[in-house]
Amino acid sequence: MAETENLVAETAERIFADLAFAQTINHDPQGGWKAPLWQALEQAGLPLSWVPEACGGSGASLAEGFAVLSAAGRAALAVPLAETMLAGWLLAQANIASPAGAMTVAPCGPKDRIKDRIEDRIEDRIEDRIEDRGGRLSGRARGVPFARDSRHIAALVHGSQGLSIALVSVSQCRIEPGVNLGGDGHDTVTFDDVVPLALQPVPRGFDPNALLLMGAVARSLQIAGALEALLDASVRYANERVAFEKKIAKFQAVQHNLARLAGESAAAQAASTSAADAIAHSPSFDDAVFLEAASAKIRCAEAAEKGAAIAHQVHGAIGFTIEHILHRFSLRALAWRDDFGSESHWAVELGRRVAARGADELWPLVASR
Amino acid sequence: MTAALRFDPIRLPPECQVLRREVRAFLAEEIAAGTFDPHQPNREDTDAPEFSRRVGARGWIGMTWPKQYGGHERSFLERYVVTEEMRVANAPTRRFFVADRQSGPVLLKYAPEHIKMDILPRICRGEVCFAIGMSEPNSGSDLFAASTKATKCEGGYRINGSKIWTSSAHIADYMIAIFRTSPATKENRRHGLTQFLVDMKTPGIQVNPIGQITGQFEFNEVVFTDTFIPDDHLLGEIDGAWKQATSELAYERSGPERFLETYYVLTELVRATGDKPDTRSAEGIGRLVAQLHTLRRMSVSVAGMLQAGQEPVVEASIVKDIGTVWEQQLPQRVRELTAFIDPDASNHETLENQLAFALLTAPKLTIQGGTTEVLRGIIARGLGLR
Repeated sequence: MAETENLVAETAERIFADLAFAQTINHDPQGGWKAPLWQALEQAGLPLSWVPEACGGSGASLAEGFAVLSAAGRAALAVPLAETMLAGWLLAQANIASPAGAMTVAPCGPKDRIKDRIEDRIEDRIEDRIEDRGGRLSGRARGVPFARDSRHIAALVHGSQGLSIALVSVSQCRIEPGVNLGGDGHDTVTFDDVVPLALQPVPRGFDPNALLLMGAVARSLQIAGALEALLDASVRYANERVAFEKKIAKFQAVQHNLARLAGESAAAQAASTSAADAIAHSPSFDDAVFLEAASAKIRCAEAAEKGAAIAHQVHGAIGFTIEHILHRFSLRALAWRDDFGSESHWAVELGRRVAARGADELWPLVASR
Repeated sequence: MTAALRFDPIRLPPECQVLRREVRAFLAEEIAAGTFDPHQPNREDTDAPEFSRRVGARGWIGMTWPKQYGGHERSFLERYVVTEEMRVANAPTRRFFVADRQSGPVLLKYAPEHIKMDILPRICRGEVCFAIGMSEPNSGSDLFAASTKATKCEGGYRINGSKIWTSSAHIADYMIAIFRTSPATKENRRHGLTQFLVDMKTPGIQVNPIGQITGQFEFNEVVFTDTFIPDDHLLGEIDGAWKQATSELAYERSGPERFLETYYVLTELVRATGDKPDTRSAEGIGRLVAQLHTLRRMSVSVAGMLQAGQEPVVEASIVKDIGTVWEQQLPQRVRELTAFIDPDASNHETLENQLAFALLTAPKLTIQGGTTEVLRGIIARGLGLR
């Protein structure tokens, strides 16, 4: 179950076991656990896993980093580790060095756009501004995870010269706090004429979907990890809880529900690790990688819905209490569906691509994986 | 963690893609020659003996078996490619598929040498058809309730009783069946069943066809009356068939045939929808493709574990559980989406006909080869719940 062949992921799992134990966190609503956890993660170089050593990171492979995200999902980790990793990856695409501290990325959904103001000026025929050396950013990104807990944002920016990647200080942006279903920061970030700390054009061949697809796969791995934990907790509970004078694990209805949960967990694991493997071994985000990444987000989101429902059903009322740890996993699995394009978004995009390729090209695409 | 389920992202090696091109070219030739119509899953050419021989001549039956028995010593992943391409093309594989997937491997493991030398090469040449005799009128999912008796006699056994729902028995040359050789014991209700190889030409076997709701006659009742089976046709341990049956389940339950049975309606839906689908159609197609891709990746992963010599029984049961439920629901989802297609689409009639057949086929998909309920029981046992 654990990616034990991977030293980076093993390090992460050890830190999660020591400092992100669900029971401890659940009894500490003030968040006293956050600082020591983050400090340990930074000391191990995990947040900058995907940043080359030359840019101040730890230079782990994409595959090693993806395994860390599976482990983070199994721990229902509620600090911006995935987000900082994604931000570091994005900045590295444009050779921008990653600063220390927590980061997040923007935009996190298909409908939001952050613009380089040079483009605005052309569109709006405003010509009275001059000081745009290096560009100023405008726009709004909704549902940005942990924006208020981050020092910097890595942004994908649309400008007149095409796409750029920007490093922005959070202090320069307007943050309207919000929370996702799991209670984690899910903020609206407004860029109002913001001067970025760095702004570089994307490299040649950079896919405009790359950030959303990377984010979608990250969330898929996290959902699959959370589902493993939900299965584990539900099986354990069913073997402990006695009702009608026997363990509820002995009831066929309960067994079949848990078998379905195992199926959903297995599907999520297969889809997410396959997509991660595809990205790790492909030089570009071609149709095959698109199929893998979009499918992972769609299938993992479906699995989250069915799996979380079964886990709660097996636990009964106790699983609905704030004291019990179940919600830490179930609600995050459900919340993560919304980030970097929901399953509905990716299903429409995937369906359009399949239709455009034509009926007789569907099987060859599926069989190519 | 209690549940150590593993679905590693196994990729098919490059030789598989070469093989895939060969299989596609072969199938295209067969279609062009009129052997079968890939757009008509509901047809009467399921018994295609010449096609079987040509597949055998290509070396695509018994692919993983030792060369001394006519096999080709290729990998499970190569066999996987052949199976999925045949299935997607709706090729008439009925005559050889059961022998290739199940019966041959059982003979390899348990039959005496002279029988292996006699039968296995003929399976590989596509010359013989096998049936599996498991269910009985009072024993379906409850396999170990089987009561058809094998009574010891001079030189062999006499069989009395009947098997039912036996696919292909009417065209089969052989059957591998379980018969009761002893009563079950108090300690082990699975005890007392023995596996036998039955030559279907033996006197005392009557095959009665049973009509299905699809209009086809592919399964049968098989009645045994004092049927003689020689001693050397006994397979494996007397009274110990239950040990043999369970280890083969991983092979039977995780293949591409466990989610591709109704795939054809998805292809035709995409064709009917056209290259610019509306949002609802695109979303529906996208979800189905994502689910299909995921199932296939799970199934390939299990094939990779089999190739590595593991016995992923729980993982295989999961693939069959969600795979058969998916292929059962697929025609329903496609039916919903046909509301949005152009009624003048060029393949509209093909899609309608296919959909009607797929909807008729659907109920059996979660029953044959181990019901959903049985599979979930196996998964629950694997999770440590039973």
